[in-house]
Amino acid sequence: MTTTTLGDPTKAPTFHPIGTGRKVKNSLAAFFFTGSFLIATVPLIWVLYTVLERGFKAVISADWWGKSLAGVLPDQFAGGVYHAIYGTIIQALIAAVLSVPLGIMAAIYLVEYGRGRFAKVTTFMVDILAGVPSIVAALFIFALWIATLGFPQSAFAVALALVLLMLPVVVRNTEEMLKLVPDELREASYALGVPKWKTILRIVVPTALPGIISGVLLALARVMGETAPVLILVGYARSINYDPSNGNMASLPLLIYTELINPEAAGRLRVWGAALTLILLVAALYVAAAFVNRYLNRNRA
Amino acid sequence: MATELEPKTGLRTGGNPWGDRIFGSLALAAGATIIAVIALMALFLIIRAVPSLQANKANFLTSSEFATTDETNLRFGIAELFQITVLSSVFALLLAVPIAIGIAAFLTNYAPRRLAKPFAILVDLLAAVPSIVFGLWGIFVLAPKLEPVARFLNDNLGWFFLFADGNVSLAGGGTVFTAGVVLAVMILPIITSVTREVFSLTPRGHVEAAQALGATKWEVIRMTVFPYGRSGMIAGSMLGLGRALGETVAVLIILRAAAQPGNWSVFDGGYTFASKIASAAAEFSSKLPTGAYIAAGFVLFILTFIVNALARAAAGGRVSGG
Repeated sequence: MTTTTLGDPTKAPTFHPIGTGRKVKNSLAAFFFTGSFLIATVPLIWVLYTVLERGFKAVISADWWGKSLAGVLPDQFAGGVYHAIYGTIIQALIAAVLSVPLGIMAAIYLVEYGRGRFAKVTTFMVDILAGVPSIVAALFIFALWIATLGFPQSAFAVALALVLLMLPVVVRNTEEMLKLVPDELREASYALGVPKWKTILRIVVPTALPGIISGVLLALARVMGETAPVLILVGYARSINYDPSNGNMASLPLLIYTELINPEAAGRLRVWGAALTLILLVAALYVAAAFVNRYLNRNRA
Repeated sequence: MATELEPKTGLRTGGNPWGDRIFGSLALAAGATIIAVIALMALFLIIRAVPSLQANKANFLTSSEFATTDETNLRFGIAELFQITVLSSVFALLLAVPIAIGIAAFLTNYAPRRLAKPFAILVDLLAAVPSIVFGLWGIFVLAPKLEPVARFLNDNLGWFFLFADGNVSLAGGGTVFTAGVVLAVMILPIITSVTREVFSLTPRGHVEAAQALGATKWEVIRMTVFPYGRSGMIAGSMLGLGRALGETVAVLIILRAAAQPGNWSVFDGGYTFASKIASAAAEFSSKLPTGAYIAAGFVLFILTFIVNALARAAAGGRVSGG
């Protein structure tokens, strides 16, 4: 046999080049998928740019971070929003103090103890709680805390509503982090005769801690921007109120919502300034969460 | 997963023998608290709503009125709220789902491996923006840009009921159309993250089998990724729907109040359950009017409960909305 006969196939090739129709479809799909991603980045950049551009002037004014709006007229751009920043932070912190221990214990129950029907119901309820709209959580606290138990409207009531919104986020995240802890660590601890509760508290939770903390920070960022609870559960104040259990207290979302009614240019400036301040707070928490995750994990490894 | 291997509590030396029992009970109590919260939520909303429902002179389910100022003549119903809520949420869902699926396919199959994660974080960041900021952006920045689009649709496709004349003027953009676009942006990250997770779990073998048969990239996705990820797409969409149904302040800022009831056009104005409740927060001093809004809130609670339970069922277990 010569090489020329070998190079000459006796049968027509079975593989055909990809037809034009399929090629076009393939390119269209690639175009559509890439396009949808690009479309999604548009609102993000647009929103951030708008807030930065319109709120920038307010945020760099001298008194913005250190004064309240006490005695400031609607058409006058003066004073600042530190009373609202205080309100936003203190409400979120109280919510964290109440929801973090409860959320972590619930996650420990689900991962380390939970078997059978009751655990299944609990997981289901965590999912349902995660889907409860913030306005419904606020109405529930109103019905229970204010209408039934007779407490006045206060920042503490807001914090209670925020607890309901934070709780499922903390539980789910902590669950994920606890599941990542290798079983070998638990077994080694049991083999040394350490009881289960001590194993959880001294071995499992500390191993998962960076992930748990960063999850809590993200949950805090989520509830800081919640507006529905503050609309229903607390009144607006133009000056500082340090007492969460009593009286009206401003927060950034509430300040934005209140100033929206103000038709003056100064009011609009305050609206965008407060929006930018809120975004800066959220961004700070995101950066802190990323830092905790990376730095603490590296130290451990 | 936690190990099935349990230490025998009684045999240890040292330590508190009660430690395990106490700690275990505490953990159980924390789990029970969560169940109790949901139960209490339903209970207290009902307790507060019932007196108002009894005093209601209109049909709660079919009336479009919501007159609560005169306590002796309460007339309220949820028909109108239900209509605007469903219209805006479903409209948002129709816009968001194809884009979210596209993003998920892009992130799992097209994006360069090193950039896939930062790109995913970029989409997730949309969920970090507070809803009131989306509301501000929606009414002051986006609405004027959408107005010509709305006019075009209204002029050319007005024969179709969705784009027919609404009950508010198109000027200013305080319509379901604008609200729906903003809601779509807000639910995009949830749908994307659930869908992306399922897409990334597509068995390698399925993909390789399709490739070996000479499938193009699109055919691989259509034949392996999409069928495998169907439950995730449905679950993600349901979670997004749940979020859209309950969104409060963005909708409250954007939608303009309307004098007449809506006619299922995206150019309607009005109130959703959530925005109606929030708009009336100042009225919450007397018992019966408040109960009317709590009754509306209970209906919203049931709606989101059903939608979230469906999401769970579709995913065949638990779903995390990220």
